[in-house]
Amino acid sequence: MSAPLIEVRSVSRHYRLPRVSLLRAPAVLTAVESTSFTIRAGETLGIVGESGSGKSTLARMVMAFEKPDSGQVLFQGQDLHALSATELRKLRQKFQMVFQDPFGSLDPRRKIGWSIAEPLRAIGVDANTARRTAEALEQVGLHPRDAEKYPHEFSGGQRQRIAIARAIVTRPALLVADEAVSALDVSVQAQILNLLMDLQDQLGLGILFISHDLAVVAAICDHILVMQHGKPLESGPAAQVLHRPAHLYTQTLLKAAGVSP
Amino acid sequence: MTRRLPTNFVIGGVLVALVVGTAALSLVWTPHNSTQMAISNKFAAPSSTYWLGTDQLGRDVVSQLMAGARNSMSVALIAVLMGGSIGVALGLMASAIGGWVEDGVMRLADLGFAFPALLFAIMLAAVFGPSLGNAVLAIAFINIPVFARVTRGAANQIWTLDYVSAARAAGMNRFAISRDHILPNIGAVIIVQATIEFAVAILAEAALSYLGLGAQPPAASWGRLLSEAQTLMYLAPQLAIYPGLCIVVAVLGFGLLGDGLRDMSEPRLRRER
Amino acid sequence: MIELDDFSVGFGAGTALRGATLTIRKGDRLGIVGESGSGKTMLALCLMGMAPDSAQLSGRLSIDGRDMAGASEAQWQVLRARRIAMIFQEPMAALNPLRRVGDTVMEPMRVHEGLSRGAAHKRALALFEEVGIPEPVDRMRQFPHELSGGQRQRVLIALALACDPVMLIADEPTTALDANVALRITELLVRLARERGMALVFITHDLAAVARTTQDIVVMYGGDMVERGATADVLAAPMHPYTRGLLAARPDPTVPARNADGTRRRLPSLPGSVPPLNALPQGCRFAGRCPVELAHCATRRPATRLVADNRQAACHLLEEQAR
Repeated sequence: MSAPLIEVRSVSRHYRLPRVSLLRAPAVLTAVESTSFTIRAGETLGIVGESGSGKSTLARMVMAFEKPDSGQVLFQGQDLHALSATELRKLRQKFQMVFQDPFGSLDPRRKIGWSIAEPLRAIGVDANTARRTAEALEQVGLHPRDAEKYPHEFSGGQRQRIAIARAIVTRPALLVADEAVSALDVSVQAQILNLLMDLQDQLGLGILFISHDLAVVAAICDHILVMQHGKPLESGPAAQVLHRPAHLYTQTLLKAAGVSP
Repeated sequence: MTRRLPTNFVIGGVLVALVVGTAALSLVWTPHNSTQMAISNKFAAPSSTYWLGTDQLGRDVVSQLMAGARNSMSVALIAVLMGGSIGVALGLMASAIGGWVEDGVMRLADLGFAFPALLFAIMLAAVFGPSLGNAVLAIAFINIPVFARVTRGAANQIWTLDYVSAARAAGMNRFAISRDHILPNIGAVIIVQATIEFAVAILAEAALSYLGLGAQPPAASWGRLLSEAQTLMYLAPQLAIYPGLCIVVAVLGFGLLGDGLRDMSEPRLRRER
Repeated sequence: MIELDDFSVGFGAGTALRGATLTIRKGDRLGIVGESGSGKTMLALCLMGMAPDSAQLSGRLSIDGRDMAGASEAQWQVLRARRIAMIFQEPMAALNPLRRVGDTVMEPMRVHEGLSRGAAHKRALALFEEVGIPEPVDRMRQFPHELSGGQRQRVLIALALACDPVMLIADEPTTALDANVALRITELLVRLARERGMALVFITHDLAAVARTTQDIVVMYGGDMVERGATADVLAAPMHPYTRGLLAARPDPTVPARNADGTRRRLPSLPGSVPPLNALPQGCRFAGRCPVELAHCATRRPATRLVADNRQAACHLLEEQAR
């Protein structure tokens, strides 16, 4: 088996809430508590949970937007949160993110070619940006000519394709998708899920797929981690979690996701 | 679908065009030299030569008002540009860095708010002597906290958007994000604020010049014309009324234009009609 | 109770709703399913008399046997106050943040029915209990931001029930909620409809939610009602290619993500996306994205056929097969 792409070792993250009273110590909110997981190249891990379950905080720690209070995030063996700012910026091309809102994740004032090339500029690649942008557009099923258009000229599904193009333009090894299909119509959801699978086959991507919808997670993930109130409830191969859910909560999620009454 | 322009935008726009046009015209042409005195011709009644008559020193009133417009516009422009760019830069920085830097900048801004322009101008005048330059500095200074605060508020909103997170994920640094994403997307807010501050600056310049802390004789300024005319209120009240009207028109014009721009850029805040 | 006959809504060159025909009776639980741009929300707004001013309405809409074509805003207000209530997707946006939720719920009783404060308070308390809000006395004194999303939605349901409506329109009431909260809200809606004999119109894009909640569904696409029937029948054996595609595109959590040989299983998906209103094909709205392609699909509008008892669909293919 290949070496892990990303290894999250028992990370925790707490937020201090604003003081209610001068005399009382401020309350502490546990966003994530001792959670661990591993993703290998070509594999998809799904994290299922509701708002407040800590799944987005986890994504932000994997993306090194936030530091865990304890625990480590190892990307290809390197502790992300021990790197210097410059080293981290260089490494960022290897892990990219797709966001939930296809209308909010693209700067409305920039042509999409500009937005897609942004990660390339960030790592100082100046040569071939146009060719690589065109390549990325083709990989997500759009036309290279589309680079000259503005975000408002595209539908929600197409924008999500553009966001994916931006995420793969640096040829990353890991893709973090935070509720990446939740805002889309059902018929478009399936297209985007298929696109992620195609890209995974072509590029050998590891994918961290975060969603509140167990049905969507089931369609794309090899392993599933169920979270509630910041704590990992159960995890394992997708088939095991879906067919023999150990927790009542997982059963509820399954019920909510199922079409058959 | 045609959208009607807001009434305040139209009226403001016309008034501003009038004032700015007059100021621009005065650069190349005034009916007479605004500083040329002709004592023999003092207090002349309006005529085809002197459209609004002459003052106590026989200077042409129209020419003086036109020169005053030029003075007002240039002072306001320089002061708002200076104060605005410093304020916007501080606001962007506060928003980008956050933490104690943001707190520090905002507390400084509070301090600036608590410090009236007049006091600052008097201070400058006391140290360096009264001059138009010091008046500009004083007005620019009061603009800094206003712009810093508005910029930081608008920028903080943009920082929460996904496309900014995407840029961070791409590895862009905070300076580049501020330049590429934040500033272009808060441009409208800043332009609206600048227009409104323009009105405030015109008023401030008039006030400072009226008190003798701004434009020095013989330079024409609406505020100075007003103070000179004050002693002649009973003899020639029109000499006070004309510059007063000019100030009202200019301030009202920029104020309405700013409100109109705001209405157009933020339709949500628009009152139901 | 409500009858729509060949009811259309147009905006300039576009059509948001085309020839909608619908009957809602007392106690019905009807689901209206569609994606963005299907016209489902426009339909709900029309039932409430809240269509935007720029909309051109045509066809017949009657409520309680009365034609509402020329109804004034005042007449609609009476209906909205007493007969038809609506709840929305975003409960936070629908509540005044500066008012205690108890006062918000009591307001319509006091305004429309002239109840005293004491009587209104008593009834609001009973409603809070009915919609399953724990510790209702304390909750009534709280502000919207102090409640959870699920509780806010319950407050809105209590508000909707304040004047004993005979019909409740719920527009995507569970979309903004977490899965198990959504589950409980749909259970609540079903219970309320049953106990009160109230009609429920449940508008959603969520097939799982509609399956749990309704007896009948209407599937909409591009402003057309393309298929209708008993919920279980339609979901088990969809007839219209759009319904079929929609159901297939929704992943089934019981099917594994990889085939036996380890390759990933792709989801059957519909190509493209819903075109904007003014670019919809003139004939069948689904033409162009549909796997079925007959010569006249894009140009001629398919008639709605009664395919079986209580089953209707509008598709040229079904007509061909019948011939």
